[in-house]
Amino acid sequence: MNWLPEEASNLARNVDTVIWFVTIISLVFFFLITVVLVFFAIKYRRKSGEDETPYITGNHFLETLWTIVPSILVLVIFAYGFIVFKQMRTPPQEALEINVIGKQWLWQFQYDNGKTTINELYVQQNRPVKLIMRSEDVIHSFFVPAFRVKQDLLSGMYTYLWFTPTKVGVFDLYCAEYCGAAHSKMLGKVIVMSPEAYERWRKGEEREEQKGVASISPVQLGEQLYQQRGCNACHTIDGTPSVGPSWKGLFGHEVTLQDGTKVTADENYIRESILEPQAKLVKGYQPVMPSFKGILTDEEISAIIAYIKTLK
Amino acid sequence: MANHTVAETIHVPYLEEKGILSWILSTDHKRIGIMYLVSISTFFVLAGIAALLVRLELLSPGKTIVDAHTYNVLFTFHGSAMVFLFIVPGIAASFGNFLIPLMIGARDVAFPRLNLLSYWLYLLGTVIILFSLLKPADTGWTFYTPYSIQTGTDVILLTFGVFILGFSSILTGLNFIVTVHKLRAPGMTWHRLPLFIWSSYATAILQLLATPVLGITLLLLIAERVFGIGFFDPAKGGDPILFQNFFWFYSHPAVYIMIIPAMGVISEVIPVFARKPIFGYKAIAYSSLAIALISFLVWAHHMFVSGMSEVAATVFSFLTFLVAIPTAIKVFNWLATLYKGSIELRTPMLYALSFIFLFTIGGLTGVFLGTLAADVHLHDTYFVVAHMHYVMIGGTVMGFFAALHFWYPKMFGKMYNEAVAKVAWFLVFVGFNVTFFPQFILGMEGMPRRYADYPPQFHTLHEISTIGSWILGLGILIMALNLLRSLTNGEKAPDNPFNSLSLEWQIPSPPPHENFEKIPHVTDWTYGYGKKNNQEG
Repeated sequence: MNWLPEEASNLARNVDTVIWFVTIISLVFFFLITVVLVFFAIKYRRKSGEDETPYITGNHFLETLWTIVPSILVLVIFAYGFIVFKQMRTPPQEALEINVIGKQWLWQFQYDNGKTTINELYVQQNRPVKLIMRSEDVIHSFFVPAFRVKQDLLSGMYTYLWFTPTKVGVFDLYCAEYCGAAHSKMLGKVIVMSPEAYERWRKGEEREEQKGVASISPVQLGEQLYQQRGCNACHTIDGTPSVGPSWKGLFGHEVTLQDGTKVTADENYIRESILEPQAKLVKGYQPVMPSFKGILTDEEISAIIAYIKTLK
Repeated sequence: MANHTVAETIHVPYLEEKGILSWILSTDHKRIGIMYLVSISTFFVLAGIAALLVRLELLSPGKTIVDAHTYNVLFTFHGSAMVFLFIVPGIAASFGNFLIPLMIGARDVAFPRLNLLSYWLYLLGTVIILFSLLKPADTGWTFYTPYSIQTGTDVILLTFGVFILGFSSILTGLNFIVTVHKLRAPGMTWHRLPLFIWSSYATAILQLLATPVLGITLLLLIAERVFGIGFFDPAKGGDPILFQNFFWFYSHPAVYIMIIPAMGVISEVIPVFARKPIFGYKAIAYSSLAIALISFLVWAHHMFVSGMSEVAATVFSFLTFLVAIPTAIKVFNWLATLYKGSIELRTPMLYALSFIFLFTIGGLTGVFLGTLAADVHLHDTYFVVAHMHYVMIGGTVMGFFAALHFWYPKMFGKMYNEAVAKVAWFLVFVGFNVTFFPQFILGMEGMPRRYADYPPQFHTLHEISTIGSWILGLGILIMALNLLRSLTNGEKAPDNPFNSLSLEWQIPSPPPHENFEKIPHVTDWTYGYGKKNNQEG
């Protein structure tokens, strides 16, 4: 019975050993206390109102014993936890550095060769990685259970973490620090590739990106941005309302605002809603959308509008 | 004549006078205690309903009943109401007010009018917090910046309400400290004090010293939101983790404000129903103080992955383990008290034994979180949620329920239905474990907390947890109905139904307005159960 996830980094086994060590000590104490509790409750249950009970107020030997034994055990646990923690906080010199930016509500990864990915972190098996992280708004926390790593991202201060992925595969990435309406949608994947596949990914994606910029239509660009900029965390394209209104059938239709007035969702309304989300809030929704001013270019906003137009 | 009239007023039970004014203007510590009891129980129910809705939303992945924002509002209300309106005032303000003068042989607390002011401030705070629900906050009860600066919801009213509640807490703490120092009956020496008094005293010190820091922190937060002064927001030149340091500097000691009074209750209930003196009186008494003092030095164990330096993390991990020792000592002492006892499993005792069992789990899982390497994986997951609820419900609320069933006859002069109370206990115990045990597993598997939605691999455990919350809710409902019904329909309670030696049981149930006809002379401690000439440890 192992409740811990698959061990997919060099740190995972060490962390798990600490957790198991604490678990075993805890189970010993837990069973000791429970057995004594239940045993006493049954053995010494009241037979009659005249039961005689001894007058025992303490026992120096026992009290010393159960002060010293837990003291020693917790010191050992502390030391063990510290030793592994030190390893977790000491990245090797040769680690590949990747910049991580967290913002409501997406992850952005910037690689040494200038590439950028959204919500998907590409790393190479058995190669140490050091993530240098910052937030663009509130606190987020980078958490990959399979790697046993977690670190908060702050604005105004860099934080880091490191790991060496040991297994090829796709692993869940969560935001572990509450960051607002779509906190539970701030999900990503870590894609661990074999060295050869990693090289192919680097080259292949680069080519695709170069040709992409020139040839994709505004609608296609809008569709990409919908994923990449995290619009999908709050806006569906199938008509179900989520944190924000669905984009399906939005364009050209009337929406009712908080104050009861009605406006038509045209190009200018959508543009304003992206740049100043709180200016005209649709009734029934909370003022939680962050502004994309300075994040999306005019060209990109036009592309998103073009994409919304296709969602009838 | 003159003497005659005095004697008569002394014998009037404190519940006799009717009318709302006779309550809200009363400076009688017993009435104030009852008013706190009613108020905190009301918020326990309201915040509990919010918790049931949170669990219902998590029954299945995707949207079940509410959208993500409403979910965030629900867990924020659940957390802040449970913490600031129920569990922090909690046992200390309700049972503390009612019992402290009775247990030490006094007629009232040291400053009765200040005591009433504390209650009014509590009411004012609750009213402000209820107003904040017009645009309810979605920050979580921890108000972390910069999110709490940025969100459009009403953080200011909520935190201002909490600020006012802080004054209530500080004044109550001050009152209790002076009362215990100055108003003990002749012969009631420090080492004869009931352990509930020791724990209330330790709690009062924490309230007095830690709460001002919360007040200042919340004022700074309000100043930042209203005037844009950059204390916390890095964009304005603030420090990104300063708020967390300030917040936990109060909120970790506050955890002990919540739990130490419950430990006091357990130390009272177990000797009575085991007919044994408490084992290791001084160890229990001084461990309360030790826990209170060390609790000021462990706050940053909430911040191991916050970006704080590794050196600080290491120091705080070490100090955190020190707090485990006095806590373990208490558990062993309670167990040893049961040895060779004559144990009667009445409802208060069932809750007290449940406390030992559940609090042990809560405490041991705390060791995981104090361990640096383990905490990195478990921090901000459901493991923390489960640990915290094992300590807060398994500990404090079990202690609260034990107190409720133990002192109910004294407070209201009525007996509740014992069989129904036991059924309720069983449902509470089972429901609690079904709700929260699966959350340890969820956390180990990596399920983050405060998620309105979750990936499908976590579905089964969430489902079990939600079903458990219904059992727990049903148990509490039955308990509440039993206690409410017994107010009018219960049998008349004897003065000392459980045969306790403590002073509050030596006077009528319910107690007369002036508590004691004559201030008692105390000649022995309150735990003289068992046959003295038999064995001495």
